[in-house]
Amino acid sequence: MAHHTITLTVNGETEVVTVPAHMTLLEMIREELALTGTKNGCASGECGACTVLFNGEPVNSCMVLAVEADGATVTTVEGLAHDHQLDPLQEAFVESGAVQCGFCTPGMLISSKALLLRAPNPSDDEIREALVGNLCRCTGYVRIVDGVKKAVKIAAQSEE
Amino acid sequence: MALNPTPGLPPFEYIKPASLAEASAFLAEHAGEARPFMGGTDTFVRMRDKAWHDKFVVDVKNLEGMRNITFDPQNGLTIGAAVNMNQVAASPFAQEHYPLLVEAARSVASYQLRSRATIVGNICNASPAGDTLGASILLGGVLHVYGVDGERDEPLSEFFHGPGKTNLKPGDIATAVHFPLPPADAVGRYIKLNRNNDGDLAIVGVTVLGYPDSATASGFRFKIALASVAPVPLIATAAEDILANSPITDDTITAAAQAAMDASTPISDTRGSAEYRKLMVRNLVKRAVSDVWGKLQG
Repeated sequence: MAHHTITLTVNGETEVVTVPAHMTLLEMIREELALTGTKNGCASGECGACTVLFNGEPVNSCMVLAVEADGATVTTVEGLAHDHQLDPLQEAFVESGAVQCGFCTPGMLISSKALLLRAPNPSDDEIREALVGNLCRCTGYVRIVDGVKKAVKIAAQSEE
Repeated sequence: MALNPTPGLPPFEYIKPASLAEASAFLAEHAGEARPFMGGTDTFVRMRDKAWHDKFVVDVKNLEGMRNITFDPQNGLTIGAAVNMNQVAASPFAQEHYPLLVEAARSVASYQLRSRATIVGNICNASPAGDTLGASILLGGVLHVYGVDGERDEPLSEFFHGPGKTNLKPGDIATAVHFPLPPADAVGRYIKLNRNNDGDLAIVGVTVLGYPDSATASGFRFKIALASVAPVPLIATAAEDILANSPITDDTITAAAQAAMDASTPISDTRGSAEYRKLMVRNLVKRAVSDVWGKLQG
């Protein structure tokens, strides 16, 4: 079976990885790079627990081949915080009680991050629509939506 | 043995050809054991579920022109095969001239799935539930195909033969889908019935495109496509004829909705029974046609 050596940027670091063709981006992130924040939920593009930013756009990393990521830029949940400082979204999720068991949280954070990158001040409907592909079985979603709204406020305050 | 609820993909080889000719030759040579893929959102699910057993997956999305979306005010919109659904939904040209296509694309799954899923992939996958198939047919879509015998066009109105069955042959690669300019003052609507609003597959999907047409007795032409109620996207021609031949009234719309229901041949599955689907066709056709009719009247 042919292996492929790929070079990509993950959370700002250049990585060179050798992967079999059928390895998913999710498997590579978790098992080759040991970044286990990204979760394997359904492995079929439905639950969103494996969501990462792929060249700036959110994707289900279980639905992308690792070999397709040659030359790509990937951001996982581990890449959100900088200099021991949580991303405003992470801070807001903590403050809002948006995290219960935590399994969906990395995907929720990445999908929310992608939303705020394309719509810095989203409506409630836009938030809910952006999170359609992220399933949570604990929170009932209300506190997650609250968390995203709070992050918008935190970001606005830090700009003042 | 422990049950693994989320198994990985079975082994296969990844082929990244440098040209369409190379890709087509490889696919033809390996007919039955190689397939082209775009976003992989159907392909990888089928392979993981062991429904497909291809030895080779051929990544054609980086080939020339695949990522282009272009609009010509005379000729219409051309969407490269690798243009994802979010890019279509965000295209100012698609929003202005083909809002029906945007509405259908936005109804597919979730944002992160749509950043991989493509309209052309949706068409080639030929699922009866495909959300963008109805809009693509009603808008006069034509698939550009590169095959071993060269390039050809496949009108979508004659493209589908059954679930996963199309005019595509081994060695064929769909490179783009083209839409002519829509009829003047056309109004569209896609109503998707799901078990929930969370990116589910359509239990029933109703696409309607309506526009003024002096050649009909009613003065209007309505085109109606139905998803998930037949082996292929179903064009409700009897319903279309009723709306062309009689003045548009509530009774005419009700009769057309009944005709659409009568034409449907759904199956019962986990998403809904055949009986339920038929009744929903009637109700949703009535609603979609009424919506379009309301907008046509301004």
